[in-house]
Amino acid sequence: MPKPDSLQGSLDLLVLKILSRRPRLHGYAIMSAIKDWSGEVLRAEEGSLYPALHRMEEAGWIRAEWVTKESGRRARIYDLTAAGRKQLDAEESRWEAVTAAVNRVLRTV
Amino acid sequence: MSLWSRIRNVLRGDRLSREIDEELQSHIAEAIEHGRDPTEARRSFGPMLAQREESRDIRLIAWLDSLRADAIFGGRQIMKRKVTSAAAILSLALAIGACTSAFRLIDALLLRPLPIAEPGRLYILSGRFIGADDKPTSSEQFAYPIFRRMRALVKDQAELIAIANASRIDLTYGSDQEMEKAYQQLVSGWMFSSFGLRPALGRLLTESDDLTPGQHPYAVLSYDYWTRRFGQDPKVIGRTFRTGNDIYEIVGVAQKPFAGTEPGIVTDIFAPTMMVKYNGIVRSDYNWFRTFVMLKPGVAAAPVREKLSAPFQAFLEERVRGLAGIPKPLLDRYLGQQLSLDPASAGASGMQKLYGVPLAALGVLVALVLLIACANVANLMTAQAAAREREMALRVSIGAGRGRLVQLLLVECAWLAFLAAAIGAWFAWWSAPFVVGRLGTLDNPARLMLPADWRVVGFGLAVALGVTILFGLAPALRAPGVRPASALKGGDRPHARPRLMRALIAVQVAFCFVVLFVAGLFVTTFDRLSAQRTGFSTERLVTLETLAAQPQPAALWEQVAEHLRTVPGVEAVATSEWPLMTGESWSGFISTHGAAPSAVPSYFLSVSPGWLPVMKIALVDGRDFRANDTLPGTAIVNQAFARQYFGLENPVSRSFDWVTNDSKRVRYQIVGLVADTRYRDVREAMEPIAYFPFKANYSRGTFMVRTSAANPLALSSVLRQEVPRARPGFRVSTIRTQTALVEQHTLRERLLATLALFFAAVALLLAGIGLYGVLDYSVLQRRREIGIRVAIGAQAGDIARRVTADVFGMVLAGGLAGLGLGLASVRYIAALLYQVKATNVTMLALPSIAILATAFLAAVPAVIRAVRIDPVNTLRSE
Repeated sequence: MPKPDSLQGSLDLLVLKILSRRPRLHGYAIMSAIKDWSGEVLRAEEGSLYPALHRMEEAGWIRAEWVTKESGRRARIYDLTAAGRKQLDAEESRWEAVTAAVNRVLRTV
Repeated sequence: MSLWSRIRNVLRGDRLSREIDEELQSHIAEAIEHGRDPTEARRSFGPMLAQREESRDIRLIAWLDSLRADAIFGGRQIMKRKVTSAAAILSLALAIGACTSAFRLIDALLLRPLPIAEPGRLYILSGRFIGADDKPTSSEQFAYPIFRRMRALVKDQAELIAIANASRIDLTYGSDQEMEKAYQQLVSGWMFSSFGLRPALGRLLTESDDLTPGQHPYAVLSYDYWTRRFGQDPKVIGRTFRTGNDIYEIVGVAQKPFAGTEPGIVTDIFAPTMMVKYNGIVRSDYNWFRTFVMLKPGVAAAPVREKLSAPFQAFLEERVRGLAGIPKPLLDRYLGQQLSLDPASAGASGMQKLYGVPLAALGVLVALVLLIACANVANLMTAQAAAREREMALRVSIGAGRGRLVQLLLVECAWLAFLAAAIGAWFAWWSAPFVVGRLGTLDNPARLMLPADWRVVGFGLAVALGVTILFGLAPALRAPGVRPASALKGGDRPHARPRLMRALIAVQVAFCFVVLFVAGLFVTTFDRLSAQRTGFSTERLVTLETLAAQPQPAALWEQVAEHLRTVPGVEAVATSEWPLMTGESWSGFISTHGAAPSAVPSYFLSVSPGWLPVMKIALVDGRDFRANDTLPGTAIVNQAFARQYFGLENPVSRSFDWVTNDSKRVRYQIVGLVADTRYRDVREAMEPIAYFPFKANYSRGTFMVRTSAANPLALSSVLRQEVPRARPGFRVSTIRTQTALVEQHTLRERLLATLALFFAAVALLLAGIGLYGVLDYSVLQRRREIGIRVAIGAQAGDIARRVTADVFGMVLAGGLAGLGLGLASVRYIAALLYQVKATNVTMLALPSIAILATAFLAAVPAVIRAVRIDPVNTLRSE
């Protein structure tokens, strides 16, 4: 059951991770990937996905370019930059530290 | 990189919006393609605009973007009201330009540090004493022997540097026929190293160039002169020039931009002090240079002054012992001198003393004009804010923040101010050199370094910014206070705004009064000075200041004069040592009947027979000089001389003694009594003058030529050629009309009067426009009330009184405040005034009348408009 705010600050991490596996995705594809790969548990809202994408683009973690698809429609696709790769590593290890800590708490109590 | 891309995005904001929109649309299309319901897909974004705004704010700098939007909107507002905006911008531009220009001049003359290493450590010595007019005065001129003593004494704490006044010399790089003029400054050889200056070419002077009197004919050129005269020719090193009988060799060029220590004069040639004439190195009675003091690092000025005081006092006492001929009160004054050591980072010059206070006074006047212009624009903005009350109310009701509204209005003001500053900068660029061009005389032009560097640009920007805040802040802060409900309904406070506007009117009138009042004083001063009698006629009179290679007997000078009399167009020629009113003087103490010398000195001048008629100085009694009169022996005196030394006696055929400084007595018999003339300056009284026969050997003299042509300068090139033709070895150095010699003393006053009058007119015009605007606006605001009054039968006179009464009250209050300000400020400019009292009724009445007349004129259109209000139309339109 997808929840709107089930991402809780991990949206950046997910986007970066997805782009590191599958480069050159547009916004809709990223959104679908989050849904599919999480087994339909996680869901990114359009209203928060695009601001996050634009923020990361301004931060230089991802870069965007316009491509024209076979259907003739233009789409803005995103790609990871070197800084983004570094950021992904940092976010990943932070995430692992946090989940490990949370698990420890859960086991202890 | 990210910041830069965000700034760049501000500049392409529209494209950014389009891109975001397109991306979102593409997302929705993709979603629909994948089978989502179109309505649901669209709704998932929430409000599209909000989404776009959020993304925009991430991708650019929000405040910069809103500033850009405000700037565009403000620009459109200004373009919408072309006439009022143009009037506001032009009046501000004139005022900002004038202020910047005044700052440029004051900065260049008084504030800008000399381009030397550590100008902050440079000081100047002066002797302060009570002058002949009982006012404190000071002398910056020193004699070389005491300079030497003082320099040795403080060698460890400071370096003393002798720098003579820049003097305009005749010099030639070729033959005598190619004489030209240049500013030369004699300086201590070690000046260049003390100032940390390097050569641009060749070498500079050093201490070893300044050891033996007369033995170091080496010259260093200033970079400016090298560029101007030689086009930066490197072959100038080793070239020689001749001045008088000295031949100098050029050894180097000083680095840019150093050109002497006298703001107002750009020195061309530096030579060692040892090359001074008239035995100036050993004489104790010849004060001919300024003493600059370069303190060593970490040394304070006060102890150095203390240390120098003792030898200075000892020197004065030594000098006094040799001056038996001078009356005791004068000697006491001389002995009472105090040595003073003052900062001189901006150099020292006569022009600083002459123009420092006038420029400051003008600066204050233009600042007042700027404030008047600001008040006008503030009133304009207030009136416009009222007109835009509904727009503001709408903005507030759809959620515009207070800060955002203030920003909107301030940006609009900034537009006005910066457009005005741009035009003002152009005006300042043009006007500062224009004024400098009027500081000097034709043959002696003033030159000020006027670079437009960060100081000037910074000042201009600061003024523009200050002006924005001054006229923009009050209306801008008021705008967000608007209450949408009442404003959109039609407003309920018709009288709230005019209060600020009326206060500004009072301020304007007060400042305008001050400007008019001071301008009146300056104009009257110039008027009184130009109306002063000189006692001689300048009509068609040209002066030929002539040099001879060697001192020549009077008979040869007479030969040249005789030759000039044969030149067509010449009516009469006579000779004197120098012309009257050049500022040059020779004076001494007079004793009659063998008594002690009088404390009042007399001026002297050597003149040839026929000089009195050429100058049209009336002979009261006795006779003119004759060819066989002797020197010393005979003299002609003026009436002031007779009154001073002979009382009621007729001095003709009596005798007097000239008591020289070393108390020798030289006897003269008076053969003639003539009318009074001024000798040096029109500000001086008609002082005693004794004329002596032009009978000695002279290396310089002046031919006074009265021409038949109305413009005496028409003959100048002919006369210049005829002098050496009459007698080789004689050469004309300077040709000036006697009129120019007289007028040079009022140049400063003329400049002050002209500029002050101009700004007074501008101030009056601006105040008039301001008054008109406020009255017109208040009639517009009160048209409902006036309509009702007319409808119930009010008379035209009553309406006119009601419309104007409170504004005229403000004019009156402002006028009174201005009067107080004006009277209080007068003591700062007292030194610039001549024969005019600030408390004079006329001086106070003129500005009052001018302001009242302007106020009446400004009120007429508003009153007519008020009286013509048609109650039916007005009330129906509401």
